[in-house]
Amino acid sequence: ENTKIRVKPDHSGVVTDGVKHSMNPFCEIAVEEAVKLKEKKLIKEVVAVSCGPTQVTETIRTALAMGCDRGIHVEVSGKDYEAMGPLQISKIFAALAKKEEASLIILGKQAIDDDCNQTGQMTAALLDWPQGTFASEVTIDGEKVKVVREIDGGLETIKISMPAVLTADLRLNTPRYATLPNIMKAKKKKIANMKPADLGVDMVSRVEVLRVDEPPTRLAGVKVETVDDLVAKLRANGTI
Amino acid sequence: MHISELLLFYIISYCMLNHLLYFLSFSSIPVVKAATVSGSDMANPLRSEVRQLYKNLLFLGREYPKGADYFSERLKSAFMKNKDVTDPKEIRKLVDRGEFVIKELEALYYLRKYRAMKKRYYEEELSTMLNIG
Repeated sequence: ENTKIRVKPDHSGVVTDGVKHSMNPFCEIAVEEAVKLKEKKLIKEVVAVSCGPTQVTETIRTALAMGCDRGIHVEVSGKDYEAMGPLQISKIFAALAKKEEASLIILGKQAIDDDCNQTGQMTAALLDWPQGTFASEVTIDGEKVKVVREIDGGLETIKISMPAVLTADLRLNTPRYATLPNIMKAKKKKIANMKPADLGVDMVSRVEVLRVDEPPTRLAGVKVETVDDLVAKLRANGTI
Repeated sequence: MHISELLLFYIISYCMLNHLLYFLSFSSIPVVKAATVSGSDMANPLRSEVRQLYKNLLFLGREYPKGADYFSERLKSAFMKNKDVTDPKEIRKLVDRGEFVIKELEALYYLRKYRAMKKRYYEEELSTMLNIG
């Protein structure tokens, strides 16, 4: 949270080299929910999946330390990784869901680097599965899932059949910290490695980034001593 | 979440930061030396516990708001301060206090992240609640 984000000199994107990466906060909440469901013995196994270059295995290790049983690293690097977005990821997730015969896919509602809020929804559409997005409460009831969703102006409760896709919102739970003893214990857990091509997924992007710019710099505020000064200043710049 | 809960989070996280610094400066978390004078058998299992506690705290300290170096310096001096403690009961008490600090740090990190996410994505909610803008 303390790193200064810089735009690349050619305005093609943001500098990511040397920047410490960590699990998306909303995905931490998703992992926590999955682990909780397993601890309640409502689901059998939790598989943590991440798509990207070698460094993402660290994130998978964190998920394993939080309680996931095994991991899958879908290797995407270079230009493919730079162009990777919700569409490619949801295709990968859909293919994996079928391969692994998953009953639930739980992910964060959005990634805090691109703020797309699309992957969950696209994955559900590709699989033709129901979706419970912006979940602030999840209850499994037999073959159905009751989801309380955060929507504009309040909460909505829905009941959907499994298999389903859920996306986690901020208030769903409090993710546990991956402490050193947990990380040590998780070293025994396996992380499988594969490429998108192994799943029959093409990584070609349908989106082209034209330009990335920093937001305009904010003008410095002016402090005034008295209310009269404030009124005078507001009159001077034509506000009143 | 109500405004009162939000304010509570701010207060708790601020207090925790000062609370933790107090703990690290003044708490007596012991390091049990190999050739301890008491010759008690209890010293050995406690020794590995103390070592593990130190490692765990050091690991957590990487994300400390004032920096990993700041944290590790104070952690080391806090442990060194009581390296000559031999009473197993006393050591047990101090190890428990160390475990407590671990829980406090985890809570601090969670609150920091929660507060950042809430500020970034839910500020509109807050200003509506307060009838601003």
